[in-house]
Amino acid sequence: MGSITLKNVSKVFGVHAVIPSIDLDIDDGEFVVFVGPSGCGKSTLLRLIAGLEDVSGGEIVIDGKNATDLPPAKRGLSMVFQSYALYPHMSVRGNIAFPLKMAGEEKAVIDKKVADAARVLNLADYLDRKPRQLSGGQRQRVAIGRAIVRQPEAFLFDEPLSNLDAALRVNMRLEISQLHQQLKTTMIYVTHDQVEAMTMADKIVVLNRGRIEQVGSPLELYHRPDNLFVAGFIGSPKMNLVAGAPAAMHQAHTIGVRPEHLVLSKERGTWRGTVGVAEHLGSDTFLHVNADGIGTMTARVSGDFPVTHGDQVFLTPDPQRVHRFDDKGMAIR
Amino acid sequence: MARNVSTQRKLLTTAAAWTIGILIFFPILWTFLTSFKTEAQAIASPPAFLFFDWTVENYFEVQSRSDYFKHFMNSVVISFGSTLLGLLIAIPSAWAMAFAPAKRTKDVLMWMLSTKMMPPVGVLVPLYLMFRNTGLLDTRTGLVMVLTLINLPIIIWMLYTYFKEIPGEILEAARMDGASLAKEIIYVLTPMAIPGIASTLLLNVILAWNEAFWTLNLSAARAAPLTAFIASYSSPEGLFYAKLSAASTMAIAPILILGWFSQKQLVRGLTFGAVK
Repeated sequence: MGSITLKNVSKVFGVHAVIPSIDLDIDDGEFVVFVGPSGCGKSTLLRLIAGLEDVSGGEIVIDGKNATDLPPAKRGLSMVFQSYALYPHMSVRGNIAFPLKMAGEEKAVIDKKVADAARVLNLADYLDRKPRQLSGGQRQRVAIGRAIVRQPEAFLFDEPLSNLDAALRVNMRLEISQLHQQLKTTMIYVTHDQVEAMTMADKIVVLNRGRIEQVGSPLELYHRPDNLFVAGFIGSPKMNLVAGAPAAMHQAHTIGVRPEHLVLSKERGTWRGTVGVAEHLGSDTFLHVNADGIGTMTARVSGDFPVTHGDQVFLTPDPQRVHRFDDKGMAIR
Repeated sequence: MARNVSTQRKLLTTAAAWTIGILIFFPILWTFLTSFKTEAQAIASPPAFLFFDWTVENYFEVQSRSDYFKHFMNSVVISFGSTLLGLLIAIPSAWAMAFAPAKRTKDVLMWMLSTKMMPPVGVLVPLYLMFRNTGLLDTRTGLVMVLTLINLPIIIWMLYTYFKEIPGEILEAARMDGASLAKEIIYVLTPMAIPGIASTLLLNVILAWNEAFWTLNLSAARAAPLTAFIASYSSPEGLFYAKLSAASTMAIAPILILGWFSQKQLVRGLTFGAVK
């Protein structure tokens, strides 16, 4: 069905190698998220899989067949774009029906499939409206509708939620996850938001400068980051990274401690510091502590912990949860 | 924020705007009025503005002497023919430059525009000889060809700026949805670009309709459009202001009416992309 394999795939623009060489296996039915900072090549990688860009080298295998030189339409993939990319002159019905029309389906079949998709996506009441008469969330649902009617081997999502406001983003995140459970089709999802990656993915691919830093389940990446980049990128707030003498005590060049793995005390502890900013979220409080001789550390404490700006506190890392890295930034295990 | 404008200021600016408008429009109005005068009234001093013996005789005389409708048809064929032919060449060119630009696309665009900076008289003699030797002189085909070439840079530029405004992702979405290049153009690009194509068409019909240099120099009796028709009333037989005015009014009228009904489309096309 919808398995995708990349073998030595590379992409060069002019003299600039955006993607030097990537190998990756995506199993049928998996929800895979490509995550990384802006310009890391994640969208380019998705467009290579889609066929919207030609590869400079390597092979793309979709469903066991070499698809490297196939045009986008022949790859059996559907894509949802960041800007939704709806056809502005067509109604919602026309937009969703477009891929079926292009495939030469009969009218009765088209009508049935459009109605089914509209029902799944709660769009039944809007079928005759134009895209400009819809809200951002509804537009995104139309884009998803247009993608699902083709019953593709796999869905490609290119930062589909970044144009939505925060509340809607959380809703749509849930809807896409539910859709995946319902359809059980392979999904590749590109985002720069690590919260989206953690919450939705079966497997996360962390990309940086066109290279894969690590592939694994969300919790694997959280608990066992391979290197400093993944350690710093996955988790919110970010992992505290400390080099120098405190790291040497753990026989490492750099150590990393997540904010939730720092024990806070007002009396005693390993590192002393002063609270700079306290962010009260209710359930949790994030403290930005200026630790003596180390720098700013972020700690996560329970929401009822009584602390304000200027208080002196002590931080103690949980020894079981200290991540150690060598001078090349690779994890020491 | 709305500005407070006093009534007095409003009156002043309105009066100024009307004055300028009337000044600009006056020559056309005067031509129109003169066309209804007799030749004697047309040169009378002081001239009569509205109180003269209105007559339509000039129009009949012009039609009987130089067959207005033949020239009118020539103008229609030449202006629409050259515009449609131009669009046929320009749509694929603008498409390629907007959606698949190469390293030198910008230079090509500038080069095309630079051809408009050349004084046409500079190539009159070679072009005239080419037309004479190929039998294109005084033919509609020849004039359609030359006007297509003259206006092609403008048509391509207008369509290019219009196509640039269409997000590439929508065309990529069509490609993902299984549309071939032809279907992508028919079902997605063209419906989205119709306002742009329409205003390009209108503007170029007007430009071609009013073009006088090439039409006067490369046509004689058979293919002469309305520009040549007006010119024939200027000097050879002495100045007949009333008949010249009638001929001018008849030549201007069709394009004025077309422009009037399509002005909204024209303004939209010309200012497209200026404000988002």
